[in-house]
Amino acid sequence: MADPYLIGDAMTGGYGGADILHDCTISVERGEIAVIVGPNGAGKSTAMKAVFGMLQLRKGMVRLDGTDITGLSPQARVRAGMGFVPQTGNIFPGMTVEENLEMGAFIRDDDISDTREQVFDLFPILRDKRAQAAGELSGGQRQQVAVGRALMTKPKVLMLDEPTAGVSPIVMDELFDRIIEVARTGIPILMVEQNARQALEIADKGFVMVQGRNRYTDTGKALLADPEVRKSFLGG
Amino acid sequence: MSVNWRNIGLFAAMGLVLVMVAAFQSWQLALTILNMSLISAIMALGVNMQWGYAGLFNVGIMGFTAVGGLAAVLIAMPPVNEAWAAGGLGAILGLMLGVATILAAVVVYKRMTPGRLRGMVIFAVIVVGWLVARFFFAPATQAIQAVNPASEGYLGGLGLPVILAWPVGAVFAAGAAWLVGKVSLGLRSDYLAIATLGISEIIIAILKHERWLARGVNNVTGIPRPVTRPVDLQPQPWVQDLAGRLGWSVSETASILSALGYSVLFVIVLAILIWLAEKALNSPWGRMMRAIRDNETAARAMGKDVTRRHLNIFVLGSAVCGLAGAMMVSLDGQLTPGSYEPLRFTFLIWVMVIVGGSGNNWGAVLGAFVIWFLWVQVEPAGRWLMEMVTSGMEPGSDLRRHLLDSASHMRLLTMGVALLLVLRFSPRGLIPEK
Amino acid sequence: MDPVSALVTLTNFVLIPGFAYGSQLALGALGITLIYSILRFSHFAHGDVMAFGTMVVIFTTWGFQAIGITGGGVIPTALLAIPVGIAVMIVYLLVADRLVYRFFRQVKAKPLTFVMASLGVMFVTNGLTRLFIGTSERRFEDGERFIFSVRDFREWTGLAEGLALRSSQAITIVTALLVMAALFWFLTRTKSGKSMRAYSDNEDLALLSGINPERVVTMTWMIVAGLVVIAGTLYGLDKGFRPINYFQLLLPMFAAAIVGGLGSPIGAIVGGFVVAFSEMGITYAWRRFFTHLMPEDMAPDSMLQLLPVDYKFAVTFAILVIVLIFRPTGIFRGKSI
Repeated sequence: MADPYLIGDAMTGGYGGADILHDCTISVERGEIAVIVGPNGAGKSTAMKAVFGMLQLRKGMVRLDGTDITGLSPQARVRAGMGFVPQTGNIFPGMTVEENLEMGAFIRDDDISDTREQVFDLFPILRDKRAQAAGELSGGQRQQVAVGRALMTKPKVLMLDEPTAGVSPIVMDELFDRIIEVARTGIPILMVEQNARQALEIADKGFVMVQGRNRYTDTGKALLADPEVRKSFLGG
Repeated sequence: MSVNWRNIGLFAAMGLVLVMVAAFQSWQLALTILNMSLISAIMALGVNMQWGYAGLFNVGIMGFTAVGGLAAVLIAMPPVNEAWAAGGLGAILGLMLGVATILAAVVVYKRMTPGRLRGMVIFAVIVVGWLVARFFFAPATQAIQAVNPASEGYLGGLGLPVILAWPVGAVFAAGAAWLVGKVSLGLRSDYLAIATLGISEIIIAILKHERWLARGVNNVTGIPRPVTRPVDLQPQPWVQDLAGRLGWSVSETASILSALGYSVLFVIVLAILIWLAEKALNSPWGRMMRAIRDNETAARAMGKDVTRRHLNIFVLGSAVCGLAGAMMVSLDGQLTPGSYEPLRFTFLIWVMVIVGGSGNNWGAVLGAFVIWFLWVQVEPAGRWLMEMVTSGMEPGSDLRRHLLDSASHMRLLTMGVALLLVLRFSPRGLIPEK
Repeated sequence: MDPVSALVTLTNFVLIPGFAYGSQLALGALGITLIYSILRFSHFAHGDVMAFGTMVVIFTTWGFQAIGITGGGVIPTALLAIPVGIAVMIVYLLVADRLVYRFFRQVKAKPLTFVMASLGVMFVTNGLTRLFIGTSERRFEDGERFIFSVRDFREWTGLAEGLALRSSQAITIVTALLVMAALFWFLTRTKSGKSMRAYSDNEDLALLSGINPERVVTMTWMIVAGLVVIAGTLYGLDKGFRPINYFQLLLPMFAAAIVGGLGSPIGAIVGGFVVAFSEMGITYAWRRFFTHLMPEDMAPDSMLQLLPVDYKFAVTFAILVIVLIFRPTGIFRGKSI
């Protein structure tokens, strides 16, 4: 079987103390959306951070497009083509929307105006508010800025850590729509979600994690249909 | 408590150094260093309470010591009756009106509903009150300053024993600290630093320019001393007898005895303070203070009123500085507002605390001794060094003169380097916190 | 009643000096606020670093004069010496950063440790300044003293009240405006400037975006070097150079930065002018101003001076206290609480 585009393979590790992840595998294929769901404290965000190189792995490895990137720093992974949107503190609040995007493209030395236009096409509201300070926007708009910022490096894969945390259900639906649109442009997306049901609905692949381990791994549809998953994780 | 030989060794080494100063330089110098070291140690103790116990950054030590020094004048100098007759009443009335103005403004602020009208009323109250107070105050102080300006020209003090000034100096400093703390504690830690920097400059400005109070830059000299002056000791038969037996001159013996008297007094004060400070540090209160310092958020979550605790300790620490300030003025026998320099009276104390070991009372005391010794000795050492360096040059050359002059500035450089080295390589200081 | 004369007096004694002093404070406060927002500590060595930089400019000025380079009698030679001063200060501050501050950044020390370290730098810098140039006052302005003097003004206008504009004041105001404009252009229009703002806004995200923190810190010190040398030279041209006066600028400069909102460049500028005009306004004797405005028989007989000049620190302090009580984040909502 060919390697998935991005894979955190059999990862074990933690933040220096006791291990949080135990032999955990997360992956995303080209052109797909993969989501990590599970109860609070299951290590979902930790797994994603491990893939992004924000914690030291004791065992296992991370491969991007077949290349071993386990030893790279997060900054180097950005240059290697990974885009990451942290859960909190994911914008520059004092800078305008446009400057946020520009800073997202900081490592690029070429012309970024095309990419900026693409981001504005994906998130039209940002075009209207381009000169406004990002910190003054609503929660949903901030998340769009955050995703837009990460897209500015033209990443080959996008990682989102709970993009819908703390926004209203309507805004959440809109954000999911936008994420699907981003995926349609051909960028694989790996995201951690608290709202398991909605997330699995748009997911090609789902990882259900419990206590730092993979519990179920299947397509989004299959997981939604699985009575056990429904009972334990989706509230019936 | 187990015997800590390392610390005892450090203090013994410091004592030995002082004895060597006495042996190779002079007893007077050794005692001068000792006495100022003791006073510095008390200041360092005060700062250590604020910084070591609570993490408060006080950059106004100079102001608190100066206001403590003022107490020595106000308590111990004899009252100038003529000045009181000339303008005492007006000055007091003016001051009281000033205080009343502030109180009135506060009342207006609390009683009226917020809005533009309130702002205007407060402004009017302050301006009118200010002008009225000045109307009584200005002529009164001018009259006071006109009374025998060459030697008096101020209201004088109460003519009480000078020892009383020490606790009063502490109270003065505590008052100033309360005002600053009330405003700036509970905000960012740096704000306290700026606010204390400000209040200390203002206190010095007041001392320099309010001549009716303590003669300003004209200085108050001849403040009564708690210890018999050398001049009065010299005629005593037992002093002459002692001098004869030691083979020293009578004047030398007398000044050494006088200085020793101060040392004894200062050691007693320092011992009491250390005993109290250690007691407090190891009490539930001290543990709470350190808990707050180490994790303010957790302490707040546990329902501790952090700001209030900080205010307590800030006022306490400043009071200790004020006490030291009063002691220093009674050692010098004069109040010289022009000599209060922040580098010497604020930042040098900080170097003492950091070098000694913040959070540890014994560390602060040792730091005070070591740094004061360096402060005194670096200048002659620098001069000696410069003379060595320049010995080959022409005696009259400009460069040589410049280099010799500059030796006196070596001490600041040395202090800075010492501070940076300790921060970098031994941040816990000579005697680390337990 | 003579409102024109009143206005002329006010301009001569409050507005022009206030503008000049405010510009000097604003440049100083800008440096403080930049260091605060990038390195996240209160830079207590600022006044002494300013003195040191000015000293370098003074020495260079003397050197220039000795070899015959001058401002041609029009502008002070010191202005030509500023680039040398900036170059030396860039080296000085970067060496200080490498030797002192970088270590504390690496071990992620508490902000107050940085402040302590800046005290150490303050001592060393102060000692060096005294060592090289001593403590006495130095005047180093040359060139034309006045743009126009009181006499010129009286001759032009025929007014009884005089108005003078000293060259140092005009140079101060113009230079400060140019520097501020350049700084704002840099911060809002260049990629490097924006990366500094980004780093100040959100350090972690800046790292994720590939912004190199050491580069940002280096740029900050370089800009600070420029600001302190220019501010210090302008202050020295205007009021004479004495190291202790520069140390004492610390309070008004910090007050300006806090009043405007620590971390906000625009706040630092506004704060500088607020502090300067308050000091001027409260320590100015208003009698002459009101004498012109009132009917002659109602002329005030007191000086109408709210506080003697000796207490200008008290004014600064009072503004600071008012801001701390009512709006601790400053006028422009800096990043601190």
